[in-house]
Amino acid sequence: MITNSEILQTVRMISEEKLDIRTITMGISLFSCATPDKKQLYTNVYDRITTQAENLVATGEQLEHEFGIPIVNKRISVTPASLIAAPCGDPIVVARAMDAAAKATGVNFIGGYSALVQKGMTASDRALIASLPEALSTTERVCSSVNVASTRAGIDMDAVRLCGQAIKDIAEATRDTDASGCMKLVVFANAVEDNPFMAGAFHGPGEGDCCINVGISGPGVVSSALKNEAKGQPFDVVAETIKRTAFKITRVGQLIAREASSRLGVPFGIVDLSLAPTPAMGDSVAHILEEMGLERCGCHGTTAALALLNDAVKKGGVMASSHVGGLSGAFIPVSEDIGMINAAACGALSLEKLEAMTCVCSVGLDMIAVPGDTPASTIAAIIADEAAIGMVNSKTTAVRIIPAPGKGIGDEVEFGGLFGRAPIMRVSPYSAESFIARGGRIPAPLQSLKN
Amino acid sequence: MEKKSTAVVTVLGNDYRGIIAKVSAVLAGQDANILDISQTVLSGMFNMIMIVDVSLCDFRELETALKTLGGELGMQIVIQRSEIFDAMHRI
Repeated sequence: MITNSEILQTVRMISEEKLDIRTITMGISLFSCATPDKKQLYTNVYDRITTQAENLVATGEQLEHEFGIPIVNKRISVTPASLIAAPCGDPIVVARAMDAAAKATGVNFIGGYSALVQKGMTASDRALIASLPEALSTTERVCSSVNVASTRAGIDMDAVRLCGQAIKDIAEATRDTDASGCMKLVVFANAVEDNPFMAGAFHGPGEGDCCINVGISGPGVVSSALKNEAKGQPFDVVAETIKRTAFKITRVGQLIAREASSRLGVPFGIVDLSLAPTPAMGDSVAHILEEMGLERCGCHGTTAALALLNDAVKKGGVMASSHVGGLSGAFIPVSEDIGMINAAACGALSLEKLEAMTCVCSVGLDMIAVPGDTPASTIAAIIADEAAIGMVNSKTTAVRIIPAPGKGIGDEVEFGGLFGRAPIMRVSPYSAESFIARGGRIPAPLQSLKN
Repeated sequence: MEKKSTAVVTVLGNDYRGIIAKVSAVLAGQDANILDISQTVLSGMFNMIMIVDVSLCDFRELETALKTLGGELGMQIVIQRSEIFDAMHRI
């Protein structure tokens, strides 16, 4: 029998501490859609997605009402488009079909306008990267990702260079909306195939026909637990408190994932144990770090605090779900976290410190705004640095960066809603032009002699 | 976990006369059967937890009816399937 205090704790977590399910993402394989004919390709992709995901949004809403927990996003991820568009040679057709299907099914984002190029690029991969400015400026809900590196393949520096240029071109193509197109592109190292979170979600080539992946959230619940149960206590107590809380949050994710999968008649994939912040007060990962005793996120000690948080979240969550996957850990997007926004605005948090933090968090440099006149080679070099961290440490890293046209240090970019706002951060004024111009591949690192 | 057809109703807010009667009337009107009630008033704050059998109900209609009543009374009334509490608090 559940006690009254347990019932009230759950109700409080949802109503006051902003516990929610961040996303139910349906992964759909598009392999059966590939065809050389453009019109047929459009129809195949559109029909496949709209048929499979017909009841996704309605089912998500039904679960929200029955379990009394908000399910913030219902989304779709598909097979990387460069694979599906290879016979036809024109990936933009897939982007248009994806966008139309997203609107028809009522999901707010659809991910998988993607290419996996860690070792090399096919003609279709190149066409997809070249099409990014058009694809992301003329569609509304399509999200894209490019995997440019892996621990086993090394870093494809040609792809890194192309992505740096693509980001600049996307920024220009969406100049009227503060380069909002850049929010929809993630450049990865060691991308995972079952990530439910946008913008980096895609349904990996090793996945089945269709599955349901669920991304949980709840930074507010963790921060309240630390405030109430671990004030001034040693780190052992901090870690235990985070683990206990992560366990409870993940159990709810597992319940929703299992229910969604059975009601939709689609296999359950994974639960992604991520602490995903939003710009709302009380929903911040930075505030958890500050609750541990840091004056501001970004000061010395932040990397250690984040390492503890990231590890404790995984340890607590992993026993609560039968299959854990995705990115699993703590997200540190600057614009989507009120504590990060404030820390960046007051100068406590620099790009260099964020880079260090990405060595121990779940992903990478996320939702960072930089001056509009940042050269493409500098953006490519930022991507290369981040990919190197991922490659050497066998973890996923990513870059989602916004060079806001016409903006400089002291300005701010406003994206609205869950995307929040971002102060423009300083980048090094020294050039990496000749470094990036080399091209080729950085070889995969040794897996032994680890020091 | 076995499939249950019970739900938990929590009612929180300022104390009034007749809250239980009003909530019970809505539940009866929607074919929900009350299995357990516990209620306290602490410094003027009313706090009630009910376990109800919802096997004969249209869940969405019941939820809407309770929410409407919550709006009328200025109280927070939430109904949730029991599984979410078992998931969170029991291994």
